[in-house]
Amino acid sequence: MASTLIIKDLHVEIEGKEILKGVNLELDSGKIHVIMGPNGTGKSTLASAIMGHPKFDITKGEVLLNGENVLEMEVDERAQAGLFLAMQYPSEITGVTNADFLRSAINSRREEGQEISLMKFIKELDKNMDFLEMDQNMAQRYLNEGFSGGEKKRNEILQLMMIKPEFGILDEIDSGLDIDALKVVSKGINQMRGEDFGCLIITHYQRLLNYITPDHVHVMMQGRVVKSGGPELAHRLESEGYDWIKQELGIEDETVGQEA
Amino acid sequence: MTTQTNLPVDQQTVEAFSQRNGEPNWLSSLRLDALAKADDLPLPKPDKTKIAKWNFTQFANHTIDSEVYGSVEELPESIKTLIDVEKQGNLYIQRNNTPALLTLSEELKAKGVIFTDILTAAKEHPELVEKYFMTDAVKVDEHKLTALHAALVNGGAFLYVPKNVEIAEPIQAVYVHDHPGAALFNHVLVVADDNSSVTYVESYLATDDVKESVVNIVSEVIAKQNARVVYGAVDNLSAGTTTYVNRRGIAGRDSRIEWALGMMNDGDTVSENITKLIGDNSFGDTKMVVVGRGNQKQNFTTNITHWGKNSEGYILKHGVMKDAASSIFNGIGKIEHGATKANAEQESRVLMLSEKARGDANPILLIDEDDVTAGHAASVGRVDPMQLFYLMSRGISKHEAERLVIHGFLAPVVTKLPIEGVKRQLSEVIERKVQ
Repeated sequence: MASTLIIKDLHVEIEGKEILKGVNLELDSGKIHVIMGPNGTGKSTLASAIMGHPKFDITKGEVLLNGENVLEMEVDERAQAGLFLAMQYPSEITGVTNADFLRSAINSRREEGQEISLMKFIKELDKNMDFLEMDQNMAQRYLNEGFSGGEKKRNEILQLMMIKPEFGILDEIDSGLDIDALKVVSKGINQMRGEDFGCLIITHYQRLLNYITPDHVHVMMQGRVVKSGGPELAHRLESEGYDWIKQELGIEDETVGQEA
Repeated sequence: MTTQTNLPVDQQTVEAFSQRNGEPNWLSSLRLDALAKADDLPLPKPDKTKIAKWNFTQFANHTIDSEVYGSVEELPESIKTLIDVEKQGNLYIQRNNTPALLTLSEELKAKGVIFTDILTAAKEHPELVEKYFMTDAVKVDEHKLTALHAALVNGGAFLYVPKNVEIAEPIQAVYVHDHPGAALFNHVLVVADDNSSVTYVESYLATDDVKESVVNIVSEVIAKQNARVVYGAVDNLSAGTTTYVNRRGIAGRDSRIEWALGMMNDGDTVSENITKLIGDNSFGDTKMVVVGRGNQKQNFTTNITHWGKNSEGYILKHGVMKDAASSIFNGIGKIEHGATKANAEQESRVLMLSEKARGDANPILLIDEDDVTAGHAASVGRVDPMQLFYLMSRGISKHEAERLVIHGFLAPVVTKLPIEGVKRQLSEVIERKVQ
């Protein structure tokens, strides 16, 4: 079944300062969207606000998942409805093993009595950890505790693969990764690709797109989506940078808080 | 001439109690001396907690005859669940002040291990008990509560591990407080002789909601040269019980003392845990978790003092405070002059679950030697909203996310407890208290 995630005129503030100034975007399952843009243009805010980060206030707009406004839901309800956010800085949680956490997360989407069997869970966990070239003992380590930057990112993708959401929002999943880790993370995302999965990747490096071919590319500046196109847009950004877009749109400073 | 006394028992009562037990003279006279001193000695002064009005001295009954248990099979479920019924061959169970069940394997007996209730030990092994009973680790005249303890001791256990004996399986004790008026003056004495090794785990539980009661616990651990003692405890006394608990260890050369303490009392509690690293290369480690709820007030002082060269001391305390509970966590790492290359580390963290809860973590380093290393970390705060956001973003409910964070926060001690049943007990108590 095809799903849609529609972001309509989204305005977001943090501590009284407006960061997003009317974002519009439509995602369909089966497609990979990429949002690019320099630092400070509101990309990560968009990702966090959709998921319900406690620091952000939504002042206007809607985010509709299959027609339902997720902004009226609690964070866990958004996840249960089918959203997933791979975070830029995943929290470390002492005393909770990766495996226990993952099982709780999977079971939170299931009815009581329909929980995943331990055998099936372990089989799937082993398979996905192998696929992501993760050491098996990471399942029994405490959630993200003492993980390197690259291990944390792999662990986010592991969760994505185990939870299988309808929409995955990946916030700078590629930052801080060496080339091997980047390949593994990309492999995971490509594995998820399919009819039932839609994806929004936030990045400011084109290099991720050497491994993942997006269907749509968007550019954010000053808290809005200012340009959209196909994969060729990413290539042009790679070779020419962002200045041509700024010139085209008459923008001097692309960061939030600066009006043209 | 009569003197006005604020003590709950008089000299005649103590004498009669001692006589009825057939105690040796040294113990009778130790009791009477202590009683004489108790009246004048001041209460202890736990830093930052005022205890002048707490009830440490008024109780209905010093002695209660409780029914004993004929065998492990006859134990009530609440106790059975703590014990590996199949395997636990070394077990002491006490009901209020009555020794209710004792088992010690033939194998350990043959090796010379002594494990029995403290008053029997005083009669049968006076040479050992007299030598260590409140002579070195804890002294009778430190303050009113140690003196009162010595005068009124009515329960506890004695564990002696001879030279070169290493006991693999844990020795277990369960102290049940199930009579509403019973006072407990419990004394645990663990002596590990040279090159020996032992794990002792105790649980204090209150099966009835005991009201207006007093529990006064002193535990002394003597680890002689190259000995190793692991001491686990879960204290779970009732809301109406005021508890003074003093657990102390003395570590000789090359020896280790490791504490894993789950402080789950529901009543007001003063806890002192001191490890004296006397010998060179000795090692002390205290891990403690606390959950406070209701209106209870608690004070936890943990102290590791270094005399030995190359001695190492580690303190880790994690506390969760909810409702209007308040707790003071004093951590003291002390290095005496001459304890070169000593290392004193400590960490205290308090998690506050409500507006009215209070927690205070005071790390203190007292160092009288240059050539040492030391460090401390302390924090008091709320459950990190980013941790909750992270967990909830995976579909986990807020309630469950909080539960995971709290259990995780307390896990470093829970996982340390060496007996599965006791580990489970602590997990369940935590579950019940934080929900």
